[in-house]
Amino acid sequence: MTTAATPFRWREPSILPGFGLALGTTLTALSLIVLIPLAALFIKAASAGPADIWAVATSPRTIAALRLSFMGALIAALVNAVFGLILAWVLVRYEFPGRRLIDAAVDLPFALPTAVAGISLAAIYAPNGIVGSLFAPFGIKIAYTPLGVMVALIFIGLPFVVRTVQPVLEELQSDVEEAAALLGASRARTIFRVVLPQVAPALLTGFVLAFARAVGEYGSVIFIAGNVPMVSEIAPLLIVIRLEQFDYAGAAVVATMMLIISFALILSVNLIQAHARRRLGDV
Amino acid sequence: MSVAVTIETIEKRFENFPALRGVSLDIQPGELVALLGPSGSGKTTLLRLIAGLEQADRGRVLFGETDTHDLSLRERRIGFVFQHYALFKTMNVAENIAFGLRSRPHRARPGESEIRKRVSDLLELVQLQGLEKRYPSQLSGGQRQRVALARALAIEPRVLLLDEPFGALDARVRKDLRGWLRELHGRTGHTTVFVTHDQEEALELADRVAILNDGKIEQVGSADDVYDHPATPFVCEFLGEANKLPVKVVGSLAFFGDRPVLGGITQNQGGLASLYVRPQHLRIVDETPLALPGTVEHLRRNGPLRRAEVAVEGLKKRLDVDLASQVAPAIGERVRLRITHGNLFAAA
Repeated sequence: MTTAATPFRWREPSILPGFGLALGTTLTALSLIVLIPLAALFIKAASAGPADIWAVATSPRTIAALRLSFMGALIAALVNAVFGLILAWVLVRYEFPGRRLIDAAVDLPFALPTAVAGISLAAIYAPNGIVGSLFAPFGIKIAYTPLGVMVALIFIGLPFVVRTVQPVLEELQSDVEEAAALLGASRARTIFRVVLPQVAPALLTGFVLAFARAVGEYGSVIFIAGNVPMVSEIAPLLIVIRLEQFDYAGAAVVATMMLIISFALILSVNLIQAHARRRLGDV
Repeated sequence: MSVAVTIETIEKRFENFPALRGVSLDIQPGELVALLGPSGSGKTTLLRLIAGLEQADRGRVLFGETDTHDLSLRERRIGFVFQHYALFKTMNVAENIAFGLRSRPHRARPGESEIRKRVSDLLELVQLQGLEKRYPSQLSGGQRQRVALARALAIEPRVLLLDEPFGALDARVRKDLRGWLRELHGRTGHTTVFVTHDQEEALELADRVAILNDGKIEQVGSADDVYDHPATPFVCEFLGEANKLPVKVVGSLAFFGDRPVLGGITQNQGGLASLYVRPQHLRIVDETPLALPGTVEHLRRNGPLRRAEVAVEGLKKRLDVDLASQVAPAIGERVRLRITHGNLFAAA
């Protein structure tokens, strides 16, 4: 008995033409824009040699900067997840004068040059600024501290959560909420057990986007952070400082560390989401 | 457990569109009532008003002796099956069914083992044993429907309301579920109201059918009542097919043109009228004094039925005629039609 050896195929060709062309274009673009530059980054970092890599990676200043960048981004993304969800809910569920204006204002952090945002935030949250002066009497300093970093990161991350959650809320069938109410559920129970679980995947996506954006943010943060090494110095700034000192390998090492941590975090969140989607079906 | 539902002169407007214009209906405890009507007739609005999902502008809904106006949705204890089921897709079948029980205030909530038992009893009732761990996306349409029903029954509703219960299902599943629902109603005896636009479904399933049109109830009665004795032309046309003939009534005879077509009229309706005749009430006959001459123009077969389309002089629309099995007219053949039964309505 002979079994015909099936030659290896990339994928069962679809009846719809264009797979080869589309994949080719994708890989070319991805390579030119993303993969080759990132590979160059790794090569540059590796050129430093193991001892130097270790020294840069474990230096207290690098670790402090990375910790601030990732923890700040995480907290900012969490704040945005809560605040953005409420904002999206209000925009979708209620009719009120000025709704369109607020809806449009949500996108401003996208459009504004980040430096402008940073300068305005610094001015407002400084101890003598409009908002900063409210906190100053209690001894709370916002601008030029890690707190200021978070304010800037919240500002730039907000649209991501609102814009990912909003369409899901809009499509949420009102009959599901009515069903819960008729079955005797309180409003709180309906929201926490019925509505939020359905919004959760979109909320998670918005959270990841806001987080990713915040990790890499540079322009707005450097104006409000004060940039004190070990205290309010973010990792992207540290990279720029290394570059200005012509320490290209050192900059590449810090950059590579950011890259690896970010990729691991985002990949794990995506895996969680894929798992959830399999279970619930893409309805 | 089941209560009577009394609907008193309900009026409801949406924006500038009157959805219900003075609707009254008495539903007996344990009765199965269909709200039948075309889309936009207000039937779903009426169902949602009974559920408490809409508030009436005027009029009352009573459960037994209790005015429902001040009852919260929970206090109404309504089992509602939505047209698209509205299952909680992040919960599995068992969690969906248990949701109502777990939503009760702490003191009234049954224990976990009690809830589990109730869920498995209900799954048995709707014949879905073994599917408790499935998610709604993993079920077929008919299965989702039955989960929705089990979830509604779990709270021991006083009234069961179903919105187009078979609307989203294919014809075969529909038929099966219809018989099954009828049987289930016989066993559980809930006061049940369901909305449908399918007259066959309403006539087959319901104890009584309320036919709505344009925000008003046209007629309420048993299937035989409304089908054989339609109160209005709308009911007559909506419940199955009917040919419409403009006639003039003189004494006990109805004339089409100058030809007498129907005799023995006892209703006191002189003058112009519309005569509605169902296809099965037209018969091809040899010469009789009361007959309508025409020409066979089309022959069709629809399942067991054979049907002829007969053109009659002076009438724009061809008459649909059901053929008895031994009758086989040819196309182009001149025939005479006798009307065996018709409904007369004074011309508007």
